[in-house]
Amino acid sequence: MKKLFPLALLVTLVVAVQMITGWTDTRFYLTQLTMSAYYALLIIGLCLVMGYAGQLSLGHAGFFAIGGYVSAALTTRNLEGIKDTVLIRLFDALGLLAAGQDIYGDSLLVVTPWAACLAAVLCAGVIAWVLGIPVLKLKGHYLAMATLGFGIIVYRLVLASEVFGEADGISDVPSFPLVPGLTVSGDFGAREENYYIAWGLLIIGLVLLRNLVDSRVGRALRSIHGSEDAAEANGVDTARFKLKAFVISAVFAAVAGVFLTHYNGGIGPSEAGVMKSVRYVAIVAVGGMAHLWGAMVMGIVLNFLSLRGVFGSYDDAVFGFILIVIMLFAPRGILSWNWRGYAAILLRRGGGQESLREKTDGLA
Amino acid sequence: MALLEIARLHKKFGGLHAVNDVSFDVAQGSIKAVIGPNGAGKTTLFNLIAGSLAATSGRVRFNGVEIQGKKPHQIAACGIGRTFQNIKLFHDMTALENVMVGRHLRSRAGLVASMLHMPWTLKEEMQIRAKSMELLELLEIEAYADVEATSLAFGQQRAVEFARALALEPTLLLLDEPAAGLNMQETAEVSRLIARIRDLGITVLLVEHDMSLVMEISDEIVVLSFGQKLAEDVPSAIQNNTEVIKVYLGE
Amino acid sequence: MTAELFVQYLFAGITYGAIYAIVAIGFNIIYNATGIINFAQGEFVMLGGMISISLLPMMPLWLAITTAVMLTMVFGAFLEICFIRWLENPSVLRMIIITIGLSILTREAALHVWGESIRSLPYFIGDEVMTVALFGARISPQVLWVIGACGLMVIGLNIFFQTTSVGREMRACAANRRAALLCGINTHNMVTLSFMLSAGIGALAGCVMSPITSTQYDIGTGLAIKGFTVAILGGLGNAMAAVGAGLLLGILEAFSVSVVPLAFKDAIAIAILLLILFFRPHGLFGSRTAAGLKEF
Repeated sequence: MKKLFPLALLVTLVVAVQMITGWTDTRFYLTQLTMSAYYALLIIGLCLVMGYAGQLSLGHAGFFAIGGYVSAALTTRNLEGIKDTVLIRLFDALGLLAAGQDIYGDSLLVVTPWAACLAAVLCAGVIAWVLGIPVLKLKGHYLAMATLGFGIIVYRLVLASEVFGEADGISDVPSFPLVPGLTVSGDFGAREENYYIAWGLLIIGLVLLRNLVDSRVGRALRSIHGSEDAAEANGVDTARFKLKAFVISAVFAAVAGVFLTHYNGGIGPSEAGVMKSVRYVAIVAVGGMAHLWGAMVMGIVLNFLSLRGVFGSYDDAVFGFILIVIMLFAPRGILSWNWRGYAAILLRRGGGQESLREKTDGLA
Repeated sequence: MALLEIARLHKKFGGLHAVNDVSFDVAQGSIKAVIGPNGAGKTTLFNLIAGSLAATSGRVRFNGVEIQGKKPHQIAACGIGRTFQNIKLFHDMTALENVMVGRHLRSRAGLVASMLHMPWTLKEEMQIRAKSMELLELLEIEAYADVEATSLAFGQQRAVEFARALALEPTLLLLDEPAAGLNMQETAEVSRLIARIRDLGITVLLVEHDMSLVMEISDEIVVLSFGQKLAEDVPSAIQNNTEVIKVYLGE
Repeated sequence: MTAELFVQYLFAGITYGAIYAIVAIGFNIIYNATGIINFAQGEFVMLGGMISISLLPMMPLWLAITTAVMLTMVFGAFLEICFIRWLENPSVLRMIIITIGLSILTREAALHVWGESIRSLPYFIGDEVMTVALFGARISPQVLWVIGACGLMVIGLNIFFQTTSVGREMRACAANRRAALLCGINTHNMVTLSFMLSAGIGALAGCVMSPITSTQYDIGTGLAIKGFTVAILGGLGNAMAAVGAGLLLGILEAFSVSVVPLAFKDAIAIAILLLILFFRPHGLFGSRTAAGLKEF
């Protein structure tokens, strides 16, 4: 029962906030809270791979973008021109397509949002799998650079491709009817509905990950972070587990991308940018590398503030600043910051984590 | 057929011939020690057996099956456990959790089942926890079960590593300098522990510098020097082997 | 492809390659002294250019450049002293993130000081249409300045490290920090010096390349990535191989324009980076076993 308490508290809070915004006529906050929830979904996935499995990913915005862009492109790009080809007729037979009219009144043939969503998430998962196999063999700086490189390639790709809208991105992304009665869209009238969809998704993701972390698999991941050699010696197939964590986190990011794109009605190349990836890493670092709840809370808070424009033109600078401060003073995250101990450390000049020169330095 | 057979094992690091044509067997149920001066290649040998290093040439056979070239986790799955010279406990995990990782191969809960908290995984978790606690009690450190492992005292950390290796239920246990950094009393406890492990039916191969421990518990001793096998015999014979004495004490 | 076009591309490649090589050498100097990859390396190049452009109205060109280089060196020392020096045994992850943060802050500060405008130093000799004939093609003399400056820096660094006592001390520090400490070398100062040196060469490169490539607040990131690619290509820590690797990348990039759309030119470097990381992380000239044994 102790385990359910934080969850129950969260659900209560979510409902309470929504009702309060209704009473105080501040329902516009719901929009940013909804968006923050989707970003937080990506964040907790990243927390799994960075904090628990210990693998740095500086390119996670790339997966978010893959999810969002693939879904957006499939639901907006007109297949009318090729609708007589075998492939398209097959898709039609499978019920994957939807016909309609574009803004000029011409007939429009696109993929249904559900099919597009599944395709986008699958795409991200497969790319994560294929990329992960060589990338996760790397460590330290090499891993950082490889993931950074991945993110940049995605960014350059969407920026240069006509099908992805180049610098303008993709707009007119239709709404996403999940089930009869629940639709992901940016309509003002549907604000509460979408708020609950987003938070519902986030809470489901949180529960799944929390279960995972507390299990045999979660322990295996943490052991990889602790000592890859010892983990291997105890039978943990480190390569496979790292890959699984990586793919899961990519899927979380892609789902967030898909939903947020349908909510916003569009997506732009900045979502794939390096600054976004860095931002996500900063948030995970602040929230506590191996702290799902901390990462989620920070994900909500910091994204909400950023979306409300509180940081103004210093938006990116703030996250850069946060990164430095946290890494200098509280590398395990804000919640694990040893307030009292810090004074002692400052005076004693002690306390280090895993040494850069590992344990061989100084040992016989 | 011996449990572990090492045949003509070589390992070169560029120009350095760290392990040079080493061959010996370890009989089931016995305790065998590998000794030699610093730099003799003992830990390299261990790493070769355990799979964290690839041999340049030679064979390692376990239960008749060739295991050289396999990955460490595969070798662990074959039934070989190991401890490390400079203790490698998992930080940010409690002593109990460290030992529970040792049960990894004796449990099944996979990704999806874990995420969904399927009832059978919860039952399995309780079994893992219980078995791990048993091992902590065996090593008399159950009081520290919920303490973060790397903050424990050195001797206690060693004990946790032991427990973790035992959690694997290995057929062969590789102990890399189990008595390093321990005082006389703790070393005696290690000696008792190794004997008890043997009584459980586990074969032990250890690398060690502490001669009294080695002489006391080993059935046989292999002496390495500069990567080559110098001698292989019972303890009393090794003690009187002039070659061995020369290598340790000089001319 | 005509011979003239070939030579044009070649010189373009050598020019950019020289810049990448300097950035890579900067990476290597700091890496050798500390084991850290300084993600903010590209910002040093940017600062060199930007500062000298701002100083130009007040003083002759050569003085503006010299001052800009020195100010950037001070900045490099500042970064090291404030953020790196007092960390005890930081983990690799922590250092990576800190230098990324520093890179971002520097870039954002530059954005607020200089805005988004694209600026450049004037051509050192003549103007942008002046060319000299070289090997059948018409090359801007600025290209010679770039190649010359980078070449001199490489030679100068070589002399510094091989012959001066400070240079020797830095090499000792890089080879074995603890032993250097025991020999009485002030390793902390060596680290600061390595930052200053990297900042200095980066800044100078930024100045000489400015007339050709222009300078903007955000050129740092791209340069850092390409510099890192070159450093890895040549083998991390191997400063001289970085020269060869830099020229290789620069020339590859220059000639790629004739086969792939311009928009993908930057992606070439990243693709090479990923390929190298996956297949030969110890670089073209490094040794696999040596790299495997080398600490991170």
